[in-house]
Amino acid sequence: MKKKITRRGFIKAGAAVAAAASLPLGLVEFSWGKNDRQNFTLAYISDSHLTHIKGTEFVRNFDKGLKRAVTECNFMSPKPDFVVYGGDLAQLGKREELEHGLEIMSRLRHPIRWVIGEHDYYLDLGRFWEDKISKTTYSFNHKGIHFVVLNSILTYNTWMNRWKSPEERMNNMARLDNPEGSPFMVGNTQLEWLRKDLSKISKETPVVVMSHSPLYKIFKPWNFWTDDAEKVQALLQPFEKVTVLHGHVHQILYNQIGNITFQAMMSTAWPWPYPPSYIQKPNLVPKITVFMNRADPFHERDATGWSVLNLEDGRVTNHYKLWENRDRVIRYDKKLGYPVDIEYQNPERRIPPQQHY
Amino acid sequence: MKKITVFFVVLIVLSVAGITLAGGHDTPLGLPPVPIPADNQQNPAKIILGKRLFEDKRFSADSTVSCATCHDPQKAFTDGRPVARGIQKKKGTRNSPTVINSAYYTSQFWDGRVETLEEQAKGPFINPVEHGLKDFSPIIEIITKDHEYPSLFNKAFGVKTADININHVVKAIASFERTVISGDSPFDRYMYGREKDAMSKAAIRGLDIFRTKARCQDCHTISQTSAIFTDNKFHNLGVGFFRIEPKLMAIVEKIRKAKSKGLALDEKVLEKQEISELGRFAVTMDIEDIGRFKTPTLRNVAVTGPYMHDGSIETLEEVIELYDQGGEDNPMLDSGIRPLNLTEQEKLDLLEFLKALTSPAYQTLLKNNK
Repeated sequence: MKKKITRRGFIKAGAAVAAAASLPLGLVEFSWGKNDRQNFTLAYISDSHLTHIKGTEFVRNFDKGLKRAVTECNFMSPKPDFVVYGGDLAQLGKREELEHGLEIMSRLRHPIRWVIGEHDYYLDLGRFWEDKISKTTYSFNHKGIHFVVLNSILTYNTWMNRWKSPEERMNNMARLDNPEGSPFMVGNTQLEWLRKDLSKISKETPVVVMSHSPLYKIFKPWNFWTDDAEKVQALLQPFEKVTVLHGHVHQILYNQIGNITFQAMMSTAWPWPYPPSYIQKPNLVPKITVFMNRADPFHERDATGWSVLNLEDGRVTNHYKLWENRDRVIRYDKKLGYPVDIEYQNPERRIPPQQHY
Repeated sequence: MKKITVFFVVLIVLSVAGITLAGGHDTPLGLPPVPIPADNQQNPAKIILGKRLFEDKRFSADSTVSCATCHDPQKAFTDGRPVARGIQKKKGTRNSPTVINSAYYTSQFWDGRVETLEEQAKGPFINPVEHGLKDFSPIIEIITKDHEYPSLFNKAFGVKTADININHVVKAIASFERTVISGDSPFDRYMYGREKDAMSKAAIRGLDIFRTKARCQDCHTISQTSAIFTDNKFHNLGVGFFRIEPKLMAIVEKIRKAKSKGLALDEKVLEKQEISELGRFAVTMDIEDIGRFKTPTLRNVAVTGPYMHDGSIETLEEVIELYDQGGEDNPMLDSGIRPLNLTEQEKLDLLEFLKALTSPAYQTLLKNNK
């Protein structure tokens, strides 16, 4: 039978790689190297920012994003070994928001690993999180890969101590472009823990680090930034295959620094613009990243989503599930030594932003 | 000379049915030119043949069902029922959409499982709850033994009787369907004909609400020079989702297995209510498509009820209520669908606007509906 060309299908059809990018998850099968016992699938949900209004009311739009991600994760085929929640479950760290988030996440049929975000932390300094949800710094081994989870959204004590109330502290950390803000950091205690943790594994062991903020510097006014990122990177560089997965930036973003590959996860709530759209100040946005086009504001879910991660021979292939839009796949290119979009990396292949009349 | 005569006969036949010969220069006001496939150009003989085939009940297992049974020209090419009724009164799972302006869709059926009107026309013949034939051979047999069909096929396609096959049949039907187009509604005269009084004040207010607060236009498209009232995409409004939600996981597993064994979708879709409710997913197997159905055109909507893919909503008032409340909540709800907070007046205005989308040929039906 002739392959149907629907409008959507036509856009999707482009080329073989394009087709691979748009296939249902269960049908995507990449070929990989010899160590295929290490290949498996994860899901990554992040930055839901569930926002309590009052009583039983929460911001509908953000609830819907997380619920949809949970539903779609449950239908994954093959099933993920586990799901990572990448932080910022809550908007203002309120217990109501975290509990509401747990309720929604409880519908997931897969094990969950948690990463804390600043919106979960700065009201009660992570007490509820550590008591009811998860540790904030830990590591584990899974199918030959060493996973490390860091709390990368700590900051300086002087800033912590300057606020009259926990609410004031939380609100100030939640603001973008806040002249009273403070950069994130991992801090010496965790750096020392990380040094010890990594000393137990061989340099050939693939390492995947999961943090909320990017463990490199992109744009300080929005805290797309970790102040002591270089110190973390220095501990990771000796390993042959290192991937850092992070949330926080609410956009497609990927980078390579030495041996370390960085991949950002989508938010289920809303997209941020790219820092270069804010031209007043310099930025360090990675040049290899192919930006997403501007979201269609009619569709609340456009430019939000979640990720399916295929762990292939110790490297992460990131299949962005982009709602109301075309999926994108970012994959480490062995020859080039950095991650590329399997369809759009070549500028000629890109789709121009939608033209309105 | 003979060709010209045939052409006029067609015009007379079609104008009686209230339809215009498309692909010509007289596309009704408000519609773009009808897309005509390169391998099935229109000609009058083909259109006449197509109309006859469309109405022939012999092409069903018990000679009771023709295309026109569910797409009745007297009922604006629908059947007025919630879901289709085929041979032996067997019920399908989906509402029969009108043929009017279906030529503008880029895919056919509620789930868009085929691309063309030609391919669409094949489906119902061999669907067990529609025409109920095992294959196409009885159709070809009836045609070749008929007194008139062989010469009509010859005029339409230049084909010998022995060479007539199902593709000729569906090409003729599709050619006829491409003439079943209709614009020239009060809305068209107001919008594209610059007749300020063509629509009532309420309908004019309704148009504004349609394009702004009620967020209709994003899917039911109106453009600068014409309006087909569909984006030709698929959306989840949550209608009928309750039928599958509790068992969704098991249903999806079932259809994944069926697909991997290569089972025919058509049969599966219509026999199984549950699988039917999966909508576009059953075609693409993409999780995002669960519960998504094609955006139907809104032209003549006031005379083509009941509404939605399952015909579960009887009146336009109730449809407006559904959108006002933000669809039926479900995890896969389209993100353009959200509560609208329309006032009672705005709902009434919207309804008046929808009625103003009725073409002249169907105005009588509109009056009878009141």
